Amino acid sequence: MTTDANARRQRYVGIVSRVFAGACLLATLSCIGMLVVLLWSVVSEGAAWLDFDFLTSFPSRFPDQAGIKSALAGSLWLTGLTALISLPLGVGAAVYLEEYAVQSRWRKIIQLNISNLAGVPSIVYGILGLGLFVQTFALGRSVISGALTLSLVVLPIIILATQEALRGVPNSIRHASYALGATRWQTVWHQVLPASLPGIMTGVILALSRAIGEAAPLVAVGAMAYVPFVPASPSDQFTALPIQIFNWSARPQPEFHQVAGAAIIVLLAVLVTMNTLAVFVRYRYGKRIRW
Amino acid sequence: MNVKTANADHAMTTDPEPKPDPGPMPDQPAADTGLPGAPEVHSTLNHGDNDNIDATTATRITTKDLCVFYGGVQALDNISLEVPEHRVTALIGPSGCGKSTFLRCLNRMNDMVEGVRVEGDVWLDKQDIYQPETDVVELRKRVGMVFQKSNPFPKSIFENVAYGPRLSGICNKAELHGIVEHSLRRSALWDEVQDRLNDSALQLSGGQQQRLCIARALATDPEVLLMDEPASALDPASTSRIEDLIFDLRRRYTIVIVTHNMQQAARVSDRTAFFYEGRLIEAGPTKQLFTAPKQKQTEDYITGRFG
Repeated sequence: MTTDANARRQRYVGIVSRVFAGACLLATLSCIGMLVVLLWSVVSEGAAWLDFDFLTSFPSRFPDQAGIKSALAGSLWLTGLTALISLPLGVGAAVYLEEYAVQSRWRKIIQLNISNLAGVPSIVYGILGLGLFVQTFALGRSVISGALTLSLVVLPIIILATQEALRGVPNSIRHASYALGATRWQTVWHQVLPASLPGIMTGVILALSRAIGEAAPLVAVGAMAYVPFVPASPSDQFTALPIQIFNWSARPQPEFHQVAGAAIIVLLAVLVTMNTLAVFVRYRYGKRIRW
Repeated sequence: MNVKTANADHAMTTDPEPKPDPGPMPDQPAADTGLPGAPEVHSTLNHGDNDNIDATTATRITTKDLCVFYGGVQALDNISLEVPEHRVTALIGPSGCGKSTFLRCLNRMNDMVEGVRVEGDVWLDKQDIYQPETDVVELRKRVGMVFQKSNPFPKSIFENVAYGPRLSGICNKAELHGIVEHSLRRSALWDEVQDRLNDSALQLSGGQQQRLCIARALATDPEVLLMDEPASALDPASTSRIEDLIFDLRRRYTIVIVTHNMQQAARVSDRTAFFYEGRLIEAGPTKQLFTAPKQKQTEDYITGRFG
């Protein structure tokens, strides 16, 4: 009798195991499938419209003359300025929190705050940017306002990534440096930061690749949709790739949807390049440092 | 075992093989000791006018009533010890007895532990190092430290050794190169790395890395060298190389070495201090401590009855 019950139980467990494995496989395939469908629909729609003229023309009422020159330039401007602003601030804040700050209740509160800020929807930063940079600081609807707002978005990410990278440096390195007669500043600058650089760079690249895809905060700050010029200075008005894509998708003509598809391909290409760069940096420089 | 040291009549070159970790050996009364089970003290090591500690040997470091507290826990209780110049002083004792804590007091590395409190005095050459005006950075350049587990920086061999001098402001390439070569020669590593100074330090073997850390510490031209169980993570061959190195180095530097290996202490040191549960039980010339200890606890420890 008991062997019978055992055999039945074994069969039951066997079936459950296989069902579970199958469900996980199905979940994986669904995710990959959705991604493939998305890419396929975008590429099939937009690839025909992707040519050199597309990259070098300004937007226009006519879909075959529309281009992303101003949007691409705007995105590049934004990314560059955002990097310039958020990198020193983010890395500096992380270095202070990890290397200098004393373990106290204040530090825990600040740390908690930063972790929470990383999850705040970016439109909230957009509204903050509108009130603070565009109106209070009177910077207007310019590239610099957009860059400052995007910096707010990516700052928590950079801080957290840098902190992780700094924590990855073993304390034995710091002790060895102190024992040789180095000050804390010298230890951080000469040993800790260089050793954590791969992690920091990876975090920065990933943060920037998120910034380049943000539309909501830029809309709030006032990125224009029709910008027939390339920004020449930080105080110029601007547009960005996500804004342009949104604008074209919202138009009734189906050709503009395909043009939007082409712009999406460009945006995806930029994102893939940046992420590949992050992986490459982590691989190449992470190899040198093996504890 | 091939030992290349400058000191040709060093007894270690003829030593057949390194002794294993301390354990009671009641069947073999050791030579040079009256105590069964106590480690041998090589009589040649403590011969020669270099090795006797007499009234003319200057004292480099003096501690008086040194107490260390980690939070509420007392780690060291009224330690008063004198460390003579140009000698090797070994600190022995069971795990957790405070020898590493004491060592870290000598270059104020304990300052980095949160919640630490140090009372009492530590003098380096008549200078109280725990006074508020003491420049800790300068102190650590004069008192170098080698850690238990080798911790080279993830940089090239050259950059590792040149780090200390660079901190002092030396940036002349030729001068740095000279210092690096000098330090690597002193730590018996030059021959093995001279043609690959730009290779990563992490590619060296464990014993080589530890010698690199010693060279790195020597590059700042310290007066005192503190070594916290420098060979405990190494195989016997590397261990004996390190011990030879220590024997050579003491002609120029004052060395304090923490070791849990009593035979190592007996082989290498001129003076030994026995710690137990945060207290200094006994300190004296190595030969005397291992052959005729004054305290019963010392005798029990060195004959392997506990610890």
